[in-house]
Amino acid sequence: MSRAKFGIIVFPGSNCDHDAYNVLKNVLKQDTEFLWHKDSTIGDRNVIVAPGGFSYGDYLRCGAIARFSNIMKDVVRFANNGGIVMGICNGFQILCEAGLLPGALLRNANLKFVCRNVTLNIENKKTIFTSSFNGSINKDKITVPVAHADGNYICTAETYDEFLANQQVLFRYEDNPNGSFENIAGIANKKGNVMGMMPHPERASEDLVGGHDGRHIFESVIQSLN
Amino acid sequence: MYKAKIKITLRKSILDPQGKAVGHSIQSLGYKNVKDTRIGKFIELEIDSKSADEAKKITDEVCSKLLANPIMEDFEFEIISLNGKSK
Repeated sequence: MSRAKFGIIVFPGSNCDHDAYNVLKNVLKQDTEFLWHKDSTIGDRNVIVAPGGFSYGDYLRCGAIARFSNIMKDVVRFANNGGIVMGICNGFQILCEAGLLPGALLRNANLKFVCRNVTLNIENKKTIFTSSFNGSINKDKITVPVAHADGNYICTAETYDEFLANQQVLFRYEDNPNGSFENIAGIANKKGNVMGMMPHPERASEDLVGGHDGRHIFESVIQSLN
Repeated sequence: MYKAKIKITLRKSILDPQGKAVGHSIQSLGYKNVKDTRIGKFIELEIDSKSADEAKKITDEVCSKLLANPIMEDFEFEIISLNGKSK
């Protein structure tokens, strides 16, 4: 039995929380629970997932209000102590707003909501989130969907230099759908315990829905805890 | 009582695609002398504070912590006294 205990945060407006739950609980058979945004602690959970959606209606800026949810104080504490935190889509925006990941996500350069499969190049296979692509899976590219209006990642030149020095860019778009700086689709923090990505691995984890490339990201996390 | 009138804009170094699209529309209306369009947010706060300085300090903190994201946005504001007006 895996030692992973997943906690999926549910904010008002989250809409990929059940997709993530289905993959983790039913496909990967992991101990998985929802965490309500008003909870003050993450309890015994040792992997936190901030899911996709439109938390607080994307009011003000995407993720800006969710970042001040009650549970986020404990998530920040957990992350700063080395705990594993994954932000997907709106979750990525929330982690940036919370200061757990550098940079910010702007409106897509073409001003359109993009919803389609994209090919990602895996840039670093030696992380908690990508290690399984180095083993039996042995893939350099994966196909997963994006579905967002604000996925245009920016960061300062100094931050990007740090990214390169520490191999913090985990995924780049092969064909950039949103104007993102240096084709960045997903990054990790310097310590490597916090990850954010705009594409949705939880929507590509079963062949029933057209592919399972995304599943290997969750499998990497599970393996890292065993 | 004081009122803070806050303007938040994308930083100059950041491309504003929304402003660009609206700028194109202004051009197509025939206003060829409108050269640049930037879109931002306008926020008003009513603040119950003893002095304009205190209202200014509160507004500055609220902008830095929540209303603007310093990575992508700049903010500026003015404080107006509402004292003496019926509320």
